[in-house]
Amino acid sequence: MSGPTHPAAAGPDLVADVLVIGGGPAGCWAALSAMEAGASVVLAEKGYVGTAGATAAGNSSIVYTLPASAGREKAIAQRVARGLGLVAADTVDRVFDEVYRQLNRLADWGYGFPKTEDGTSYRGSMRGVDYLRFLRQRLVKGGVRILDQSPALDLLVADGVVAGARGSDRRTGAPWTVRSAATVIASGGCAFLSGALGTRNLTGEGYLMAAEAGARFSGMDFTGQYGIAPRHTSVTKGIIYFWASFFDEAGARLESKGDRQDIVANGLGRGRVFAMLDKASPRVQSGMRSQANIFAPFDRLGIDPFTQRFEVELIYEGTVRGNGGLLIGRDTATDVPGLFAAGDAAAREEMAGATSGGGGPNASWALATGTWSGRAAAAFARGIGAAHGDRRAATPAPAAEGRGDAADTAAVRAAIQREILPLGRSFFRSTAGLEAASGALETAWRDAGALGRTDAIARRETQAMAATARWIVASARRRGESRGIHRLADRPARDDGQLHRILSGGLDRVFAAPVGARHMEAAE
Amino acid sequence: MIELVSESRCIQCNICVKACPDNVFDAVEAAAPVIARKADCQTCFLCELYCPADALFVSPLRDRDDPVDEADLVARGLLGSFARNMGWKNAKPRGTDKDLTYRMFEDRDI
Repeated sequence: MSGPTHPAAAGPDLVADVLVIGGGPAGCWAALSAMEAGASVVLAEKGYVGTAGATAAGNSSIVYTLPASAGREKAIAQRVARGLGLVAADTVDRVFDEVYRQLNRLADWGYGFPKTEDGTSYRGSMRGVDYLRFLRQRLVKGGVRILDQSPALDLLVADGVVAGARGSDRRTGAPWTVRSAATVIASGGCAFLSGALGTRNLTGEGYLMAAEAGARFSGMDFTGQYGIAPRHTSVTKGIIYFWASFFDEAGARLESKGDRQDIVANGLGRGRVFAMLDKASPRVQSGMRSQANIFAPFDRLGIDPFTQRFEVELIYEGTVRGNGGLLIGRDTATDVPGLFAAGDAAAREEMAGATSGGGGPNASWALATGTWSGRAAAAFARGIGAAHGDRRAATPAPAAEGRGDAADTAAVRAAIQREILPLGRSFFRSTAGLEAASGALETAWRDAGALGRTDAIARRETQAMAATARWIVASARRRGESRGIHRLADRPARDDGQLHRILSGGLDRVFAAPVGARHMEAAE
Repeated sequence: MIELVSESRCIQCNICVKACPDNVFDAVEAAAPVIARKADCQTCFLCELYCPADALFVSPLRDRDDPVDEADLVARGLLGSFARNMGWKNAKPRGTDKDLTYRMFEDRDI
């Protein structure tokens, strides 16, 4: 791999109205709406726009409901109920409006939605890899410059305003620069290299860069989220387990309070856990079967999941299906002028509250906030004017001076993962466990900062994981109750005196503090 | 993780090198690409979809090696099976109109 010790030929040096960092659904919709608003757009993606990110690797539900209909009211009420007091119904309604509008446009453009037996066009599930390929082609046709395999590593800042980013082409090591009037962070969540499906690239560099520019976070407490997968596989598609029975090694049926993840988590506390999809009717089975990635492990391992028990595990999903992310306002602006955030990179309590937004809520949120961020970024760029490329911009991150190597990188990553991935750390939290994690992660953060001579991309990934882990733990320590996917063993009950959001941030000194929920203020 | 680049099937288009989300492959002059960074493979199966020659095979095991035999994969109908099940042909997207996922959602309010 190339890095700072192997200087490569220079890559592109570009000027654009809007730079979008991250090419999943949020980034693609951001780029599309900025382009439609007349902006020149560069889209930089760590992997390949079309296959990268959590959406590409499977189907995602999305909430398609007619505005002001009974179905819409029901969908909003469901979100409010599941969010356990932190969902903003007005935001959810606005998100669903945008989804309705944009999915209708996708259909008009020729995206092949399926028809149900009665001839209705079904728009409640997107096949990620096709959805993203379709958006990619739309962007290319519209003149958006796409930089594939091009992780952004540092933001550029001019007089307190974000002015673009620098990164590296990971195939060649060539550095690239985009000077932009506005920048959208759509780099997804952080899953700490847990192995959850589609998350290899989701290590939090977007968060880290934004924090270095002064942005804050919210919802990092609601991150105790794990996906069920057949053991040793990557396929954390939890939907099929709605129709599962769970068993211990002796074949005894497992039951527990809560949802299917709770049953598996409690079972794994006592031994191995097995599942069988024995509650699925033939018609439901045919629905599952049409999701090819769900069945790839079963078909390739020779398992019939409807009649045979197979071993399962839980894999940590961090802020990908948890809710923490960059704090944004109504138009997706972060705390830092010129910087916007969308999709899983943004905090999602208003959409998903205290429970996982995995599936429909997150996919809807990505489409809507992506669209809004592109529009807002294009408007911001118009305000800055065409001469923005001449600004004197610098990176806010301190220069790397460390002496680490690849072995050190692996050791620091393992140290971070030990404090975040185990069920005993993030599924079953405790005050004492969080305190221990907090101390260990301070060391990991310092060690990550010392990885200067290793691969620049690996170094930034490791630093971002350490930073995100610290915001998670600091935020969890400020929520002295259990609510949704924050489960505190020594405070197992909800306390409605703590019905607030927890903001966090900081680099060498991390902070976390509660604030009133926006929708609660609006309701007063 | 990715286990096979079939040298007999590969047409050296290098689409997998370009489209892998994790930059796992390296192109090789006048030869099939090599699996250069296997540990980075996220076991998403998407390279199989983008391969126009059904020359790639991803084991569903994400955290350990799983050596495969090409003839055995062919005999079991597994080579190219992900693309076939998705409905893609020659690395071209097709099949979303045949997605029966909605049948799951008829059954319960998820």
